Amino acid sequence: MQEISSRRYVVQRIGFGVLVLAALLVVLPILLVVGAIILKGIGAINWEFLTTMPRDGMKAGGIFPAIVGTLLLTLGAALAAIPFGVGGAIYLSEYARDTWLTRAIRLAIVNLAGIPSVVYGLFGLGLFVLFLRFGTSILAGSLTLAIMTLPIIISTSEEALRAVPMEFRTVSASLGGTRWQGIRNIVLPQALPGIITGVILGLLRAGGETAPILFTVAAFFLPRLPQSPFDQTMALPYHLYVISTQVPGMPLQVQYGTALALLALVLSLNVVATVIRSYFRRRRQW
Amino acid sequence: MSKTTPTRWTEFAVEALVRVAGFSAIGFVLLIFLFLLREGVPAFFEIAPGNLFGTRWYPTFDLFGTLPLILGSALITVTAIVIALPLGVATAVFVREVAPGWAREILKPMIEVLAGIPSVVLGFFGMTLIAPLVRQVFGAPTGLTAFTGALILAYMALPTLISVAEDALDAVPRSYRDAALAMGATSWQTIWRVVAPAARSGIVTAVMLGMGRAIGETMAVMMVTGNAARMPVSLDSLFRPVRTMTATIAAEMGEVAAGSTHYHALFGIGIILFVLTFVINLTAASALFQKRRRGGLR
Repeated sequence: MQEISSRRYVVQRIGFGVLVLAALLVVLPILLVVGAIILKGIGAINWEFLTTMPRDGMKAGGIFPAIVGTLLLTLGAALAAIPFGVGGAIYLSEYARDTWLTRAIRLAIVNLAGIPSVVYGLFGLGLFVLFLRFGTSILAGSLTLAIMTLPIIISTSEEALRAVPMEFRTVSASLGGTRWQGIRNIVLPQALPGIITGVILGLLRAGGETAPILFTVAAFFLPRLPQSPFDQTMALPYHLYVISTQVPGMPLQVQYGTALALLALVLSLNVVATVIRSYFRRRRQW
Repeated sequence: MSKTTPTRWTEFAVEALVRVAGFSAIGFVLLIFLFLLREGVPAFFEIAPGNLFGTRWYPTFDLFGTLPLILGSALITVTAIVIALPLGVATAVFVREVAPGWAREILKPMIEVLAGIPSVVLGFFGMTLIAPLVRQVFGAPTGLTAFTGALILAYMALPTLISVAEDALDAVPRSYRDAALAMGATSWQTIWRVVAPAARSGIVTAVMLGMGRAIGETMAVMMVTGNAARMPVSLDSLFRPVRTMTATIAAEMGEVAAGSTHYHALFGIGIILFVLTFVINLTAASALFQKRRRGGLR
């Protein structure tokens, strides 16, 4: 008996060891990627790199127009996606009953989330650039990114709205509030931190994407700032792709510096989202 | 009394607005499919079926064989899942069943960081650091191989795989564990014999979602796989360059004239990708929904 049970614990120890090993194999490469890009890129980052136009066929100077372009595209995507995303979440959480139509909406959201990013690019090219004649422009790129972001914003916002306890709604109704008054004054404010987190998570995905903007907005080399929504613009992710694959003789440090700028932008948004979420979760009374 | 009318009108307007927003999701899926069809269907008329499903993709010579691209995507996706599945499931089991609190507090944000890294950054990392490593270790003529792509893809699929697998483990009722432990099983036996089998269908869903993510991945794959449109049928294909459907669209769409046969062919590949991911996600989602209705998975 003693012998059998000790063998079982040896097996358990080996099993747990394998699990730890797997977790390490997942985590260590993440550290490696982030660490390598920070270490090799930090030398390129300075005020001039972040705030001036590229020069010498992008081999020197800065990445300012790419940063501005990415911020503009992300902002444009946010403006277009938030009304649809939050509105759709309110509908699903507060109004929709469990009918086959509601299930069809949910399936559509799952499928939107699964459509390959390059297919979004094709769609943006077909609809916005060619059919609606926006041309390759910030408008076309932002709208393409907005549709891509929509499923993330809807599902995270719906989750935040559903987390608000039912009692909040019944109390509001018992005091004579209408359904919308209850949503606007009680439910939405309570769910707001969760919704903001979801919006940020969606936007950081949009900001880092390359494939959807390849044919809808991105300019190879455009050393000036866009003047209108119908202008092309450079963008950080596309710029990184261009300088690492299309331009021979590109200094490696500039490439790493660009990668670091993009990574820092995305990860800092990620941290902001996490902080908002955990701060409000801790403060929450329910 | 005069106040009731505007309130009621607001109620009506708001409900109509959010309803439109909700149904827009269906509208967008239909719109995307419609525009892919509009631009892509002509390809199936302009290109002879023998050519379209042939083995050679050389658009400059009017050869539009999609087979090497489809097989290229399949090879990379399957290899990526073979790598990611054991890693992802083991990590999910570790996080849910074994890890002490502090380890979980480190692991979860790390995996979120991985999910947040843009695909072009991973592609850049793969190109500059992983590809030379692959070339040295496996003695391949170039490091830009199917295997390099699969490795990067595996890590890109991991966050999805881990989080769905975690949900599946979470859905296994507490009483199963209690019963196993009460009968004298060790923690490991409980995990291996009771919890993991009970979560099996959820883990299959995780694999499907991970696969959907891997098939559609574009930039990282394009940057590390070398993009040679050859049939990946020989044994060493894994360590040779391949080209995927996504990379073909991304690399060539910028240079084609709108309305040309090549343009239609690229949209045709888009249709294939759309249908593939649609079927995969629909299957995975219906499994998830069924479970939710039974009250298993929250």
